[in-house]
Amino acid sequence: MNDKEWPLYEVFIRSKSGLSHRHAGSIHAADDEMALDAARDTYTRRSEGVSIWVVRSSQIVASDPAESSAFFEPAEDKIYRHPTFYKIPEGVENL
Amino acid sequence: MYTQGLDQKGQPSAGDGLESQADLDAFQKRVDAEEKIEAKDWMPEAYRRTLIRQISQHAHSEIIGMQPEGNWLTRAPTLKRKAILLAKIQDEAGHGLYLYSAGETLGVSRDQMVADLLSGKAKYSSIFNYPTLTWADIGAIGWLVDGAAIMNQIPLCRCSYGPYARAMVRVCKEESFHQRQGYDIMVELCKGTDEQKAMAQDALDRWWWPSLMMFGPSDNESKHSAQSMAWKIKRFSNDELRQKFIDVTVPQAEFLGLSVPDDDLEFDEKSGHYVHGEIDWQEFIEVIKGNGLCNKQRLAKRRKAHDDGAWVREAAHAYAEKQAAKQAA
Repeated sequence: MNDKEWPLYEVFIRSKSGLSHRHAGSIHAADDEMALDAARDTYTRRSEGVSIWVVRSSQIVASDPAESSAFFEPAEDKIYRHPTFYKIPEGVENL
Repeated sequence: MYTQGLDQKGQPSAGDGLESQADLDAFQKRVDAEEKIEAKDWMPEAYRRTLIRQISQHAHSEIIGMQPEGNWLTRAPTLKRKAILLAKIQDEAGHGLYLYSAGETLGVSRDQMVADLLSGKAKYSSIFNYPTLTWADIGAIGWLVDGAAIMNQIPLCRCSYGPYARAMVRVCKEESFHQRQGYDIMVELCKGTDEQKAMAQDALDRWWWPSLMMFGPSDNESKHSAQSMAWKIKRFSNDELRQKFIDVTVPQAEFLGLSVPDDDLEFDEKSGHYVHGEIDWQEFIEVIKGNGLCNKQRLAKRRKAHDDGAWVREAAHAYAEKQAAKQAA
């Protein structure tokens, strides 16, 4: 008997049209088709979604949490990217 | 023909001529009910084509739009202004990328869109074919051009096509900084010497009318408007958006102590709107046709940038292939 573990899939659900798919969790399944069915049965039993994406977890490339401060650091000192950095003179509207 | 980015199970592929009236009616009903249309949903070919045209033109405008501002990057008056301008131009590149990826959900490849820009087949906003002659132009662009873009893009956040609407939400969040930094430059110049104030006035004189043209032809001339409104791609007509822009911008000019270069401009108490003078549509048509002041320069520069970047793209491919071969070994 082949008792190999099924591959892991990450599950993304669109709760209603117009919204992005959001990560819901993961499931194990033997192939893509079964992964979709399993994701439906696991994560949308109460009509939580109108669309599901499944992707093999091994296919996801993730940033390294240990490196995250260095990785995101370049954005931190650029406060001028935010509109609140600019003083709008009193009396000027719609900016 | 189109590529299809997402695997589409059991659906007829685009353009196979299977559009029944029942399908078209059902689609319109979804749109009328304010449901969002998503990439894998059935949609009329004409809806898909309209969106591909609009989204790719929008993306190209962001990419070409980096050039007039980039012109002043090395000559910004202070390090602070330089850092801000650099951040803004980087945002424009980012907006182009959000939009290209929204376009790709409709089944057109990014390479195809880029090729259409470089060949001159695809259009981009007329506004980017005007030159930036002084530093004040950077202020005027942020204030007026980004201001007009915001006016146009806010209703697009509610566009019927989900991926485009979501890209617009992202873009609009970032635009506010662009407009404010522009107005901030204008405020500074208008508080400065007579020469600086004259420079600000000159920039307003040159950018005012082209900014009004950004909203496109007037409603009785606009050939795509009615269908786009019915599909809820557009929410307001060109003239309605142009009027809104004028109404909020004229008081901002007055605050700066600058005069809007329109002798016919006056506030109509009864309607609560400004009445404006005639727009020179011949100029608009010429710029769209490729005869603006900078059309040739903009495209030539874009092509050169693309060609000059070829070795980088090749090197990245070569590196990836080498790494893959190493892993396989």
